Amino acid sequence: MTIEARGLNKSFGGFQALRGVDLDVKEGELVALLGPSGSGKTTLLRILSGLEFPDQGRVLFDGEDATERSARERRVGFVFQHYALFRHMSVFENVAFGLRVRARHERPREAEIRERVSELLHLVQLGNMAERLPSQLSGGQRQRVALARALAVRPRMLLLDEPFGALDSRVRKELRRWLRQLHDELHITSVFVTHDQEEALELADRVVVMNHGAIEQVGTPEQVYHQPATRFVYEFMGDVNIFHERVEPAKPTSIYVRPHLLEVHRGPAGAGDIRARVLRIHAAGPTVKVELRTERGELVHAEISQHRHGALGLLRDDDVYVRPTHPHVFSDDYSI
Amino acid sequence: MSTRPADWTLAAAPAPRAPASSALAEPPWLRRLLTAAALGFLGLFLVLPLVTVFAEAFSKGVGVYLDAISDPIALAAVRLTLLVAAISVPANAAFGVAAAWAIAKFEFRGKALLVTAIDLPFAVSPVVAGLIFVLLFGAQGIFGPWLREHDLKIIFAVPGIVLATTFITFPFVARELIPLMQEQGSEEEEAALSLGASGWQTFRRVTLPNISLGLLYGIVLLNARAMGEFGAVSVVSGHIRGVTNTLPLHVEILYNEYQSAAAFAAASLLALLALLTLVLKRILEWRMGRIARAA
Repeated sequence: MTIEARGLNKSFGGFQALRGVDLDVKEGELVALLGPSGSGKTTLLRILSGLEFPDQGRVLFDGEDATERSARERRVGFVFQHYALFRHMSVFENVAFGLRVRARHERPREAEIRERVSELLHLVQLGNMAERLPSQLSGGQRQRVALARALAVRPRMLLLDEPFGALDSRVRKELRRWLRQLHDELHITSVFVTHDQEEALELADRVVVMNHGAIEQVGTPEQVYHQPATRFVYEFMGDVNIFHERVEPAKPTSIYVRPHLLEVHRGPAGAGDIRARVLRIHAAGPTVKVELRTERGELVHAEISQHRHGALGLLRDDDVYVRPTHPHVFSDDYSI
Repeated sequence: MSTRPADWTLAAAPAPRAPASSALAEPPWLRRLLTAAALGFLGLFLVLPLVTVFAEAFSKGVGVYLDAISDPIALAAVRLTLLVAAISVPANAAFGVAAAWAIAKFEFRGKALLVTAIDLPFAVSPVVAGLIFVLLFGAQGIFGPWLREHDLKIIFAVPGIVLATTFITFPFVARELIPLMQEQGSEEEEAALSLGASGWQTFRRVTLPNISLGLLYGIVLLNARAMGEFGAVSVVSGHIRGVTNTLPLHVEILYNEYQSAAAFAAASLLALLALLTLVLKRILEWRMGRIARAA
């Protein structure tokens, strides 16, 4: 199923959560809505689900206007950050819920319900937990039950609101990979919300970067990371070093460089090299992180390989030269 | 799938442990003193009066006791008390659930006003509450002439007693459920809606089971107050023997006529009704606990 949003506006009291948002999600795609708190991503997701309604704008499913339809009528599977499992029902009853509340003429027979629930519990690898209560499960297990429950009604789309936000980092990473595999198997059009750029880049077919209620950029993970359209996207997608330059006297510009693209040399080799002093070195990890202060007083971070660190033999207070490679230039709109 | 998520299975949550650090536990003598004080307070203000009621009720012998409770006027009082409870308890329970649902899950204009209105009967003295109804529906009241025209009696009749009791017991269930439902949030209800449940199905299958214990407790309080209300009922009742006397009023009348044994006999009936309610509550809690565990 394809999803289109056109010109969505939404305010809560005095706060504008969405400003004229347009979105296109293709059939079977996995799209990430990425942004900081308050960017409007959760509001957008809830409007797609029918749990909220926009002040202006339209939502279309397969070209049909669904803006007026309630959550109940939209056949969406929604997965909440805090699982929202029915606390008084067993895992089995939770997953069966969507099938049990169907109108009589649409409701499957008990045996069919049983079969479908077992199939889903098996899919999420919780086949032997059917009679447990949610309170007896770990966070990761609860989220898998929530997913099985959402899938039970064969939804036309799957919406996930920071699905791994409440889990610890190891479980989060494993469930991420598992969700991607599940999506590859089932091909349901899915949209998920996250504030973790690593998660978005790893999981999504396309990433929608949002800020202050508007979309900053839409693109594949590669596009969004390597070709950021705006300052905000660049800064949000990873660590950044900012060098302030004046190319022309009246036009200050900012040069953005990723830490791992900032080379460190003992001696100056080119015109772009900047003198800097080593402040701190963090060598424990897959790469070595070096904090430096340039001769202009700017604080910069460089990330170099262990191999390079060994070759350079860096120590605190060493004077070195840093060379920005693959810089992104954004001209400042204001002048001091 | 090739990889298995690394999360673990939790057994049922472990029971809470006593403070292991002696720095946090009170010294034994203090613990014993506090426990003794609590039990002493309980004994003096709860157990002693209860025992006294029954002791005094039987002080003139079992025969007098049985005569007192089988007296037709006493039985009429019992019937009226039960009737009032049978009307006001379901009405206020239903209202309480609906109000708590609206207040906890929605934003709407006038919400603050509703919350204040619910607390009003608590703030007002029961006698004043009774007086309000007399001023509204009494013979000289605002609606007095209209009622007389239509041959309706509210004050000094059963409807007035039901009205006054319902007013007084208005807040009990609502106040019990509002913080409970606010704390539980709306996510489960939203999940139910997204899965295709109607409003009523969501309420019946998701909301009601979640609030069942709070609702039960609220109803017990509600019932106790409905059966035991004195001040407001006394003002609107008119004390017509055999017609507009509830059990608490009947106790007062007997006592004022120096029939103390009979008065205590009637009081013991009230105490028994209260104990019966508590037993029912315990049974229901136990049954609900069993269903939850078996699930």
